Amino acid sequence: MTGNEAIAEGAVQAGCVFYAGYPITPQNELTAYMAKRMAEVGRIFIQSESELAAINMVLGVSAAGGRVMTSSSSPGISLKQEGISYLAGCQLPCVIVNIMRGGPGLGNIAPSQSDYFQATKGGGHGDYHSIVLAPSSVQEAFDLMFSAFELADRYRNPVIILGDGMLGQMMEPIYCTRKKRTTQNAQRTTQKKWALTGCKARSPNIIRSLFLAEGKLEEINKILQKKYKKIQVQEQSWEGLFLEDAHTVFVAYGTMARIARGLMYGLRKKGMKVGLIRPISLWPFPLKAFCNLPGVRRYIVLEMSYGQMLEDVRLAVERKKSVEFFGRAGGGIPKEEEILKKFFKKKVEL
Amino acid sequence: MKKIFSYPTSLNKLTTHYCAGCGHGIVHRLISEIVDELNIREKVIAIAPVGCAVIAYNYWNFDVCEAAHGRALAVATGIKRYRPDNIVFTYQGDGDLAAIGTSETIHAANRGENLTVVFINNAVYGMTGGQMAPTTLLGQKTATTPAGRDASLTGYPLKISELLAQLTAVKYIERVALDSPQGVLKTKSAIKQAFRNQVENIGFSLVEVLSPCPTYWQMSAKQSLDWIRDVMSREFPVGRIK
Ligand SMILES: Cc1ncc(C[n+]2csc(CCOP(=O)(O)OP(=O)(O)O)c2C)c(N)n1
Ligand code: SF4
Repeated sequence: MTGNEAIAEGAVQAGCVFYAGYPITPQNELTAYMAKRMAEVGRIFIQSESELAAINMVLGVSAAGGRVMTSSSSPGISLKQEGISYLAGCQLPCVIVNIMRGGPGLGNIAPSQSDYFQATKGGGHGDYHSIVLAPSSVQEAFDLMFSAFELADRYRNPVIILGDGMLGQMMEPIYCTRKKRTTQNAQRTTQKKWALTGCKARSPNIIRSLFLAEGKLEEINKILQKKYKKIQVQEQSWEGLFLEDAHTVFVAYGTMARIARGLMYGLRKKGMKVGLIRPISLWPFPLKAFCNLPGVRRYIVLEMSYGQMLEDVRLAVERKKSVEFFGRAGGGIPKEEEILKKFFKKKVEL
Repeated sequence: MKKIFSYPTSLNKLTTHYCAGCGHGIVHRLISEIVDELNIREKVIAIAPVGCAVIAYNYWNFDVCEAAHGRALAVATGIKRYRPDNIVFTYQGDGDLAAIGTSETIHAANRGENLTVVFINNAVYGMTGGQMAPTTLLGQKTATTPAGRDASLTGYPLKISELLAQLTAVKYIERVALDSPQGVLKTKSAIKQAFRNQVENIGFSLVEVLSPCPTYWQMSAKQSLDWIRDVMSREFPVGRIK
């Protein structure tokens, strides 16, 4: 299965009842898969007229209580920012997949990680955060869809799956069970007391993000900030490898983490004490991963961008450790040799 | 004695924020009466626009969802597809429906979504201070056409209802005017038809209401009604369009 298809199948099994999307490379397989699978399971698929329309359909379904998803790639995600801000303001759950490509502008269709800032720092207007999860294998892409929908519902908040063109197009075998979970998950709506269902036997529900009364918006913002704090405390996730004895630690997510992992194993075979921190939640950023690692002397951040996650790593280590960086974007995926050449003075051949 | 007139259950007992002589309050009330009469209050989900009517949910006593400016019909599409047994309607101004939301409007109509649309055409942007709307008449003075709308610079009043009538999936379009008590009654029966169509699964139905904005037309309430009758409805003829 490709990463795109795994994400789609994961969403179906996690109970996604509605998908809307607009074609864009490199995530077209995801939309096509949903077109076929959603019909098979009797749910709703719409090819919308634009990403704007898609995200607003998502807002409608979410307001009505359904588990809902849209997907796109970088330029399309820019268009969705308006809707994401409204979803955050209305406290509505949903899942948004961004299979990143090169930017800025129309850029190209090569894999990229240049939308990290946009995803983790808000993206649209207003003080808000989406929860951002970054899978680095096809299996993980599938598995994270369950967490994504759970987190979205638990916190009534948008969740972004941040992948890249490489992950989307790559094929790997995965374990997935197609049966029971699917329908069970689709019937979760009943617990959403705030959802718009028609005001039968209750007073009317209103979904809104406009608060004009004196002091009201500040109150709402404080509620949001409290929620974000809670998410930051409870939902950091990462994978740490060889951190017990590592002197040098790579920090990388998604496709770059696969390259970092290969490098790390190669270097360890040569007897070098190298480890890896692979953030899985990009927001909340896994600050905890950087605590209590007295033996680490240097962090090497690897990204397919010109240094976006780098800023969060710097904040995490509070200038107490050396943080170095290698990144490329717009031209494809960095090679092991170029990374080795930059950071390891003695020639290392893996 | 039989009670033949009362306050609609679907309308909250509040004073609205609308200016004196504004059409929004009238149409809110008509919708509330219709929802009561069709006995669908517990099934209705409304989409409020961004425009003067953004806080319509303060006045209506049923479920309401806010939508970003122009996106009401995309939001409504999501809700109706997911909850086909609910009655979903949008309430939109001319800026919302025919400028920033044109794409969402045309495509929801073209998909034949089984929705009811109440379209308030007041020929200006009320909420932001009386700027030109796509429906502003030629020569009409607004905040952004201080010398009057000039076709060579800004084109002509957009007849979105006639445009939508071209689409095969669209089932019902009528233009009405709040220019007189008779006009109000006709407005009610057209909107009621648009709701009935949804109940009966007939499909996309839209009612365009020529509605007064005395504040930004810089007229009295009475002059506004005369202007609708004598000027505005020449450009936008009332009656069944489809
Ligand atoms: C994206 C965006 N652009 C602009 C605005 C500002 N805005 C609010 S209402 C409005 C126009 C309202 O006019 P109309 O839809 O005709 O409704 P009316 O107020 O006349 O009832 C505009 C431009 C906004 N809220 N959002
Ligand atoms: S500005 Fe115009 S549309 Fe808005 S409330 Fe006043 S009269 Fe009504």
